[in-house]
Parts: sequence; C-alpha cells; structure tokens
Amino acid sequence: MSINKLDGAQALVKCLENEGVEYIFGIPGGVTIPIFDAFVTTGTKIKFILCRHEQAATHMADGYARATGRPAVVLVTSGPGATNTLTGIMTAHMDSIPMIVVSGQVLAAMLGKDAFQEADIYGMTMPVVKHSYLVHAPNDIPRVVREAFHIATSGRPGPVLIDMPKNVSVGPFTADLRAEMDLPGYQPQPEAFDKAAVQAIAEALSRAVRPVILAGHGVIIADACAAVKLLAEKLNAPVVTTLLGKGGFPETHPLSLGMLGMHGTAYANKAVSECDLLLNIGSRFDDRILGLPALFCRNAVKIHIDIDPSEIGKMIVPDLHCVGDARLVVEQLLKQTSRLDTTDWLKRLNGYQRDYPLQYRRTDGLKVQHVVEEVYALTGGRAIAVTDVGQHQMWTAQFWKVDQRHNWLSSGGAGTMGYGFPAALGAQFGRPQDLVVAFVGDGGFQMTLCELATACVHKLPVKVFIMNNRYLGMVRQWQEMFYDDRRSGVDLEGNPDFAKLAEAYGARGLRLKRTADVRKIITRALEYNDGPCVVDCHVMKEENVFPMVPAGKALDDMLITAPGKRRKTAAGEKQ
Amino acid sequence: MQPNGKKDGNTHTLSVTVANKPGVLARIAHVFARRGFNIDSLVVSASVEGDFSRMTITATGDPGGLEQIIRQVNKLVDVIHCTDHTGEDIVLKELALIKVHTGPAARAEALQIAAHFGAASVDLTETSMILMATADSEQIDALLALLKKFKIVELVRTGKVVMARGEQPT
Ligand SMILES: Cc1ncc(C[n+]2csc(CCOP(=O)(O)OP(=O)(O)O)c2C)c(N)n1
Ligand SMILES: [Mg+2]
Repeated sequence: MSINKLDGAQALVKCLENEGVEYIFGIPGGVTIPIFDAFVTTGTKIKFILCRHEQAATHMADGYARATGRPAVVLVTSGPGATNTLTGIMTAHMDSIPMIVVSGQVLAAMLGKDAFQEADIYGMTMPVVKHSYLVHAPNDIPRVVREAFHIATSGRPGPVLIDMPKNVSVGPFTADLRAEMDLPGYQPQPEAFDKAAVQAIAEALSRAVRPVILAGHGVIIADACAAVKLLAEKLNAPVVTTLLGKGGFPETHPLSLGMLGMHGTAYANKAVSECDLLLNIGSRFDDRILGLPALFCRNAVKIHIDIDPSEIGKMIVPDLHCVGDARLVVEQLLKQTSRLDTTDWLKRLNGYQRDYPLQYRRTDGLKVQHVVEEVYALTGGRAIAVTDVGQHQMWTAQFWKVDQRHNWLSSGGAGTMGYGFPAALGAQFGRPQDLVVAFVGDGGFQMTLCELATACVHKLPVKVFIMNNRYLGMVRQWQEMFYDDRRSGVDLEGNPDFAKLAEAYGARGLRLKRTADVRKIITRALEYNDGPCVVDCHVMKEENVFPMVPAGKALDDMLITAPGKRRKTAAGEKQ
Repeated sequence: MQPNGKKDGNTHTLSVTVANKPGVLARIAHVFARRGFNIDSLVVSASVEGDFSRMTITATGDPGGLEQIIRQVNKLVDVIHCTDHTGEDIVLKELALIKVHTGPAARAEALQIAAHFGAASVDLTETSMILMATADSEQIDALLALLKKFKIVELVRTGKVVMARGEQPT
C-alpha cells in the first residue's frame, strides 16, 4: 500500500476487510466517490459488484446472506441512491437477514439544508433497521463498523445502516483500526435461557398425545437443524415448516408435513388444527400461518421458543415459552425428553396425506407445478431454490422439497416482488460451486430484470424460470375468488419476449410452451453454464393456488381444491 | 398530548434508561407511534452516570399493547432498560407554571389557594402572577380547577417524573 496515512474512506474499507467482507454490492455517486477511490488506493481484495439498481443491490446482499449465513455489504450514494435501498432493507428486516448498508451522505455541515441529493435516510430507515448510525468523525469508523456487524449478525439478525457524510470519508483518520464496541444496551445472551422453562416444556411434551413441531426461520438462523431432527425423531412428532423455515427440517423426511399456512399443505394445516401440543421453534407466528388467530391451535398447549422476547405473546399467547437460541434450547430439551408413542396420531396424519395430497393435472396444459417438479427431479433437489413473490412462489414452496438450510430463498414477511432474481445472483456470488435456480413471475421479474447485465458481466450461471402467465397472478386469483372475478389492474399486456430480451443482454434465452418439452428445455437450461439462462415458461394463465385458507378463516377452514371449476374469461381480454 | 394525566387504569408510567446516543428518542417515539399509542408526557434528563439518560414516559392504551411496546423498546440497541411502574410504590411528581390574570382584588385569594397546594408565586405584576406548583398530577389538576375562576393566561407542565421509593433504584 502506497499510503500510510489513511482517510475515513480508506479506514472504512480496512474495517470492512477486518470483518471478512467478501462482496460489496452497489452503485456509486458524488458523495461516495472517496469510498470508491479507496477501493483502488487500498488495493483491497473485497470485490465490488456494480449493480443496475440499488434495490437489486440490497436483494443481492440479502441472497448472499441467506445462502451463506454471512452478511454482505451494500454501498450506495446519498439521496435517491439511499432511498432506493428502502425496499431491500425492509425486506431484510422483516425476514431477520443480516446486512450492512453504507450510504454516502452530504457534508455534515450541509445536513438539514436541502443540499443536493440530501435525504434523511437515517430517519427514513429507522422503522426498518435493527440499528443505524450517522457517522460523525473519521475516528468513529472502526467502532461503528465493528458494532454494525455485531448487531447485524447476533441475536435476532437484521440490517444495519451506516450513513457516512462526505467530510467523514475525506477527513483524516488518526485512530486505531481496531476499536472496542460501546453497546451497553445491547447484550444478547442466547445461552442464558431459563432452564426451568425448558424443564416445563419437556414435561408438557411427555404428556402430549398429538404433538406437532413447527420449525421457523429461527431453526435455520441458529443452526438448530440437527437438534430439531433429533428431537422430532425422539418424540416421533411430525414437523411443519413456515415458508422461511423450509430447510430447517428435511422435507423428504417421513415426519415432514411440509409448509403450513395460507397456501400450506392440507395435512400440515390439519395437523396444526388437531394437535394437542404445538412446539414452535423460531417462528414468529406470522399472520400467514395463523388463519384466524383466535381459532389457531385452539385445543393445544402452545409452546414458543424464540430468541426475541418481544415475539412472545405478540400474536399468540403461549402456554409455555423459552427465550433463547433455538439450537441451545432444543439441545437442552433433548436431554430431558423421552420417546413418545404417536403411532395413532401419525396414522391419522398419513391418512390426510393420502386423502389430500398436493395435486394438479399435467394434461390441461403447462403448469408451474410441473416445471417446478421437473427442475427438482432433474437437479436431484440439490439446487439452491430462489423464488419471487406471487402464485409461482407458493407453488414452488409446495412442490420444492428443501432438505438443507440455506438452500431456500424467498421473501416472506415483506413479500417483495423483484426480490427473486437479484437474490439468486447474490446466492450464486456466495456459493459459486452450487447450482442456483430461480422461479420468478413475469410481473416480479420485470421489477429487477436490469440485473441481467450484472449476471452477464459476472457470467453467473443462474437458471431463471419465468413463470409467465401474463398476469399478476396472485392478485388475479384473489379477484376471481373474492371479488366475483372482476379483474382490475392485473393484465400484464405488453410483456416482452423474455427469451429475446435475455439474449439482448448476452444471456441464454429459452422458451418453454408445451408440456411435452418440459424435460428437454429444462435439461438444456441446466446444461448451459457460461452465464445466466432465462427460460420463458408460457404457463396456463388462469390457474389458482390451492389449498388456500381465505383471509379471516380458521386454518382448517381451507379450500383444498378449486371450488366448482369456472373458467370465465374477462370481456375484451386478448387471448 | 393530553394535558391532564387521565386516571383510568390504562395510563402507564414507564421509566426508560438509555445510552446517550443520537436518535434514541426518535426510535422510542417510533415504537409508540407505530402501535397507535399516545404519549401523554415525556421527560428526558441526565442520569447520575453521565453516559446515560433517564426518560419518564406516561402513555395511555390497553395494557396488553403496552406490554408489547415495552418489549419492543427494550429491544432497541440503545435502550438499557424500560420498566412499567404502574401500581408500584413510587414517587410521581410534576411541576407546573400557571400564569393567572389577577387584579389587586383577587390576588390574595389566588395566593391563598396556591398556598393550600404548596404552590408559590414566582412572578408578580399589577395584573398577573405566575404560580409554581410541584405535586402529584391530580393535585395540580385540582389547583387548576380552583384557579379557573381567575383567568388562566398560560399553562406549562413538565410531565411526570418517577422514582421508586426506598433504597432500590427505579
Ligand atoms: C413490490 C410489490 N408490489 C406489489 C405486490 C402485490 N402483489 C403480490 S403478488 C402480485 C402478483 C405477482 O405477479 P407475478 O410476478 O406475475 O407472479 P404470479 O402471481 O403471476 O405468479 C402482486 C402484484 C407485491 N407483493 N410487491
Ligand atoms: Mg404472473
């Protein structure tokens, strides 16, 4: 390094290096030029990935974190650069994803004066970050960065914003690059859980006749997967997972009932409705899994294990609870539980699995479920699966069985359209040896498709399956089912030829139109590894996702299959 | 803001110890605002240790919701602890400055009422006086009710501050 005196920007880069940062995703601008300059002058090994939109940059960092368990950094300029990250920060916050967002800021002396590209991003992000900083002096940088990474990755993870005024970036740095944290109000102690509470939970479990384990995202974050598997096997208890809990317990395991909730499997929802004990490990009882909260698990002893005390009793008041790290708590629980005889219960649930399987007909035309099942089969289920948001997301969640943590990426709490494609790129950056497949909607893909450029530049061999139904399908489904099929604002007329579009960027573009070609086209996509491959799948336009628990209904009050088939076409609609 | 601390069982007094970091008040206020809770009064002051501040917040709302808010406030990185003191053995006081329009004729009566509540006059002119009262909120309410017969020109109240009785810190 040719410099021995550092400025704030160089100190920042050095501190990010010390945190083991591998990638920074973002777009430069006036006030971040000093930081971009520091990439050059420090000769850092951190790789900067130039994205095409800041929102996509945050989703890439999010995908990287979900696929690796490690945080990535986003670097954007002030004003619009910073505000473009809001959706991605909120998406990460809702799903407890660690992320560090560094935003450039105007000179501190200009703050509050409507300076060019000034935005109070510190204020705007306050409700959607775990914590945030407005850096005051270059010498604060090491402490702020150390604290930001510690906060983002410990306890219940989440995004942290660091707003860096330009004078802090260019000002002289005279302190030590290693700094102590000063966080008197933040002392997570996951190991300090209440042993008596675990004892009480163990006793309740010993009395259970129809137990169900609910595995949430916390199982994955805490790496409690092995412990939960042991516990399920010891108790002979079936396991249901949330959308984000997929991979926390192997879905190919005989005790797995798949996903519960609004579009969960009928047998998962029935299990939860009929159980006499629900052991929730690391799920926040999101409204999408509850149905009508008052009727949720109404006859069961409800137990909640969560690292975040503010989740206890927020949606569901549990009979027993334990605040702590899911892995440590379940490992302790394992020592205190003994085998259960659940033969009758499992027999009943197996009956439900037989009577109400997930199903669809392959002969009607090309369906999302078919594509998902074939990709799953042809990849041996070993790929990292990423989804966008909408009908295709729910079908993928239903039919793609995840056996390992970090192999399932989906925007749950936020339901952010546009998430899937950039998140898949982030996952591929983080795990270059692994296969990444993305299932996205024609609507959502168009929100962040500009990242085809980024994918091509870096030759990321991500396979993108666009489930092109020429509708904002999930909204159309609600309109059909609950608004007497009055379609409004859901027709995606004007969709481009996605295969051609992909080719225009230099990606491989394929089309899948006929059921008979499913295997052939997917195989072709899987064989192409010189860059991204986009498969435009012309799926049936008016399919609906079932089972479905209508909003405001109890979980077992679900529509298992389509109620009385009706195939009305909206007047004036182009076929 | 409600000038009179309503006594309806749903009014809670919280004390919050926070690290003296920028933005901490805004973060706490956000938690209340997001759940639709009204902050009735808020006092921030330095605590004995210089790096920390003490806030006393009174808020009205259903107890279940408030419990959740307390947990979420406790979760904030810069909050050391947040506790609800409702129903505990505490000293809860506030200070009020009351400007009353009084000619010479009424002055004596106004001062007499003030004296009953331990309030003192801290400013006196031909036509007005400022009374200062330090008391429970209810007593201040009562004082105000009695002073109504004179013209109250202006009123400021600090909001409640709380401290646990006895040796134990709050
Ligand atoms: C950013 C954003 N805008 C709007 C919505 C509301 N929304 C939820 S699903 C959906 C339709 C998605 O359409 P598409 O991407 O084509 O997927 P499909 O449902 O057809 O599979 C919409 C508009 C959303 N979730 N996110
Ligand atoms: Mg669509």
